[in-house]
Amino acid sequence: MPQVLVVADAVDGSAPKPALELLTLARRIGSPSAVVFGPYAERAVETLASHGAEHVYLVKDHRMLDHLVVPKVEALEQITRQIGADLTAVLLTASPEGKEIGARLALRLDAGFISDAIDVDAGDPGYPVVATQSAFAASFTVTSAVTSGVPVIAVKPNATTPAPQPVQAAVNEVDVELSQAATAATITGREVPQSSGRPELTDASIVVSGGRGLGGAEHFALMERLADLLGAAVGASRAAVDAGWYPHSNQVGQTGKTVSPQLYLAAGISGAIQHRAGMQTSKVIAAVNKDPEAPIFELADFGVVGDLHQVVPALIDEIISRRG
Amino acid sequence: MPKIVVLVKFTPDLTGDRSFQADGTVDRVSVPGRLSELDEHAAEQALRVKESGDWELTYLTMGPDGAQDALRKALSMGGDAAVHVRDARLHGSDAFATSLVLAAAIQRIGFDLVLTGMASTDAGMGVVPALLAERLSVPALTFAGQLAVTGDSVEIVRDSDTSAETVTARLPAIVSVTDRTGEARYPSFKGIMAAKKKPVATWGLADLGIDPGQVGLAAARSTVLSAARRPARTAGQLVKDDGDGGKLLADFMAAHRFI
Repeated sequence: MPQVLVVADAVDGSAPKPALELLTLARRIGSPSAVVFGPYAERAVETLASHGAEHVYLVKDHRMLDHLVVPKVEALEQITRQIGADLTAVLLTASPEGKEIGARLALRLDAGFISDAIDVDAGDPGYPVVATQSAFAASFTVTSAVTSGVPVIAVKPNATTPAPQPVQAAVNEVDVELSQAATAATITGREVPQSSGRPELTDASIVVSGGRGLGGAEHFALMERLADLLGAAVGASRAAVDAGWYPHSNQVGQTGKTVSPQLYLAAGISGAIQHRAGMQTSKVIAAVNKDPEAPIFELADFGVVGDLHQVVPALIDEIISRRG
Repeated sequence: MPKIVVLVKFTPDLTGDRSFQADGTVDRVSVPGRLSELDEHAAEQALRVKESGDWELTYLTMGPDGAQDALRKALSMGGDAAVHVRDARLHGSDAFATSLVLAAAIQRIGFDLVLTGMASTDAGMGVVPALLAERLSVPALTFAGQLAVTGDSVEIVRDSDTSAETVTARLPAIVSVTDRTGEARYPSFKGIMAAKKKPVATWGLADLGIDPGQVGLAAARSTVLSAARRPARTAGQLVKDDGDGGKLLADFMAAHRFI
């Protein structure tokens, strides 16, 4: 039975939404397996099994988390060689770390690597796995396939909706032999920002973002209120982050996070190309801006030309009243 | 003297009308190009390291003729020399082949520290630093928002998705930097004039001892099956807020079941 190995990045042991999306995609290609790293890896097993993971490989070695990337690459190298000819594809989340791991693994396996896929599907016998990407500020849709070795594919969050499929998972604990080079870059400190209680920006189904048009840090409270009503994450444009109104960790754009939620709502964001690079693969885009010429409207499925300080509070009232 | 190599890339202007050629590769000729904005941050950090001690700074690029412009721009900010790897057979090289060529060039230049931008502004995979680390067997400290070189070690603060990590390694090492490291300096008139006299070497595959069969489109480990221009998102509806903007937006969101 062909196996598709999903790399589930579970820092605290819980399986994040992107990993469940990967398992859902993996089922189109073969029998899904999952790898989880870190001392608490076991905690993720149940969720992974509920989304179709037939095998779960646990790599509990703490060095997986104490050093940058390479220990995970070596663990995956070992696991993929163990699976052998049954391995049909490796799927990772297209986070900065996921892409690094994927590229390094592919190099070691003499395999091809495709990054930032927005979809993955079974192909024909010539190219059994086909990935879809979006290129040049989403003006092109590209399909590609790997021509050498096992396809290693990094998939953007929100490529699909996680669909449960409970199975009985076979759990394997893996002991990894690490090379000396694997521990050369040591993580000596880790600062986790206080949780906002909102979904992760890159995983969220809805993102509401504010830009220069908000006019000040204090007005982000408005976006947060809207976000909490919708169960959304809050994003910010580079202009708003550079002005010090909102943390860099919330920046959407080329040098911030890339998001592709079901709905992206931009308020007071003009839509400079750097911003568009981070959000234009969103499924539905809505925008509020004073300037009818703002480039964001070229992308928007629905645009309101007006003052966001009028429109957003009115939207909030509408949502509340419709919910009764 | 310790050596820094800074990787720079000549990329199509983001505001240009970018497209693919018939062979599935990016059209790099008909669109105006420039030194990738993200690489300017790497140059800036390299210059700061150079100014803090006695370092020799060489810029390295791989690309067609126009890539010289990126090297001259970088040299006008400062630095000692530049290397342009140029060979027609490199056309269509993927990230694996690119890292093979750049690693060979870096080894030929000699290095204690390699600095790169976080990603290119065109392909934007951001994996070349990691692949170089594999090829050169040195640690890669990627996505540095801060960077400090002390003696024979380097420490960065890495902006990851969920946390800020402090990471250290011994030199030689590769560091990729984000735009959080700080604004890049503008070249001075003096710098622009001086850059014209700085040595720029041109190397081909033979100079690097690389078999042409390992690079180019034919050696790529993936292939583009189709590239279709997306229909522009023109169907969008634009309304003017006459006091009912919030309600209309709510109607739209309800129609798509977001409310």
